[in-house]
Amino acid sequence: MSALPTPAPARTKTPRLAAIVSVTAAIALPLGLFCVILFATPLLQPALLDGFIRERLHRDPATWYWRDGVYTVALLVLAFVFANFAAIFSGILSWWERRVAGRIQSRIGPNRAGVGGFLVWIADAVKLILKEDLVPAEADQMLFRAAPYFVMVGFILTFVVLPFGESIAVSDMNVGLFFITSITALVVVGILLSGWSSNSKWALFGGMRSAAQVVSYEIPAGLAIMVPVLMAGTLSMQGIIRAQGGLPWQWFIFRNPAAFALFFIFFTSQLAEANRTPFDLPEAESELVAGYLSEYSGFRFALFFLVEWGNLWTMSAIAVTIFLGGWQIPFVPNELYAQLKGTGFPPLAWWGLEAASMLVFAAKTMVLVNVVVWLRWTLPRIRVDQMMSLCWKYLVPVSFACFLFTLLWQIAVAAVPALETAMGVGLTAVSVVLAVLFARQTHRNITAIGDRVDLSNW
Amino acid sequence: MGDRAEMAVFWIFTVPLIAASLGVVVTKNPITAAMSLVGAFFCLAGIYVLLTAHLVAFLQILVYAGAIMVLFLFVIMLLALQEEILGVSRIKVMQGFGALGCVGVFAVIYRAILATGPRMMPQVGEDYGTVKAVGRILFTQYLLPFEATSLLLLVAIVGAVVVAKQRI
Repeated sequence: MSALPTPAPARTKTPRLAAIVSVTAAIALPLGLFCVILFATPLLQPALLDGFIRERLHRDPATWYWRDGVYTVALLVLAFVFANFAAIFSGILSWWERRVAGRIQSRIGPNRAGVGGFLVWIADAVKLILKEDLVPAEADQMLFRAAPYFVMVGFILTFVVLPFGESIAVSDMNVGLFFITSITALVVVGILLSGWSSNSKWALFGGMRSAAQVVSYEIPAGLAIMVPVLMAGTLSMQGIIRAQGGLPWQWFIFRNPAAFALFFIFFTSQLAEANRTPFDLPEAESELVAGYLSEYSGFRFALFFLVEWGNLWTMSAIAVTIFLGGWQIPFVPNELYAQLKGTGFPPLAWWGLEAASMLVFAAKTMVLVNVVVWLRWTLPRIRVDQMMSLCWKYLVPVSFACFLFTLLWQIAVAAVPALETAMGVGLTAVSVVLAVLFARQTHRNITAIGDRVDLSNW
Repeated sequence: MGDRAEMAVFWIFTVPLIAASLGVVVTKNPITAAMSLVGAFFCLAGIYVLLTAHLVAFLQILVYAGAIMVLFLFVIMLLALQEEILGVSRIKVMQGFGALGCVGVFAVIYRAILATGPRMMPQVGEDYGTVKAVGRILFTQYLLPFEATSLLLLVAIVGAVVVAKQRI
């Protein structure tokens, strides 16, 4: 589409106060949140809390009356921290996504509130909270009000097992991955409920489509999850990461050709489960107004959107955990963490290592989050029948085949361990070559139409 | 977890569990009943976690609250039942027999609990209820029932396809 060259709007200078506030917020909010998570999560674990009770409060933790109270307070603090992480992450991502959209569609995007429009997500939140919380007259009052909470609970509870670093996870359950797949089922229930209780055609269609989509794509996603579980021999999130390594050829995605294929299947299924483009049929604006969200307003509407953007973090974090090596830092063996930690309050070196592992994990996750954002503004929406046939005719059979292949592969690897390393190095090399070819083709396409890489409107 | 904390968690899950279970049978709206069932499954999973059966707890949520209830909701919503259809044709006699049956089952369970008398919960090992432990039992002691169930499910799937697609 050839648009007329519009003259650049005259730049009004951002007021100094707004500039300072937005730059400070842009740096301090993510940094502060990660710092709080880094310190709060390992410190509020039972072992260290018991130590605190014994040494500071001079009580025996086994018999002290208020120990459960201390644990409860610690859990509440952790819940508060992670709920805020989810909220602020999705807020900032909503701004980032709109900036990227502006860039991809050759327009400016939000640029009024603060430098680069950074404060726009706060303005949005204030606006949505101040709006009237409307319940349609013919809607099912109770279920209409309850639906956003189902969605919210299904999303927030994933943070119970989601790792952020070597010791930075609220709980390392032995059924961690399984916990996530089961708890996210609540999101479907919430969406279906919001669609039905709105008592509106558009909402009902949206809810139906969403439920059909999520239930279908749960099958390839579930099968894809099984392969890293088979390779690691555990369902615990941290256990799966510990079974991998810091270097690319030690990641599960490259160690097994089936896992390489399943990573893409898993990613596609997660896109569909999060109702992201190209699978955003449930809220297709051109056909269904806003799908199951049509009748919602104010804070309840905000909750749905918070979950939608927050889901990008969880889906990317799960993909990083099970396929891309999680928080593993190259050349740092798993034993080093335990050696440095010792007993009692951990030393500074351990904290540094934890911070580094968290940085690795966050960086990998943000790369995937950005891929999802790019996809949204690159691909068109697919049709319902295409969505269904993609899942049932292609993804499900292929993931079953990959699953069976992995069973045989594990037997082969048990006999010849070098096979896994060779495959890891080989697939890493293949991916690097593919990435280089992709970059070259992109560059060639840009130069072929006489354009150039232009970063001036950032 | 201390005894008091365990007790607190128990009540936190039990009271909503009973309320939700009552909601399933008492409410007239089928959607509300189905949602109460989801709530009941969720609270029941909490009780399973309290009994250190984590795998069973999350299987419960995944299979029942996630898959089966979504299917239920789907069917109920597609049927779009009218208020009039739901209001009439309630057989009082059946309700009476149902209530009688419930009281009878409750009485039997109550007697059984009384007969065993008060006793402490046994301590379980470290790997109790883990995937490994459940899997080992499933594939050794209960292999035949397990395989028979999977065959049954396969028959059910094929049956559903045959019923749905008469032309095949």
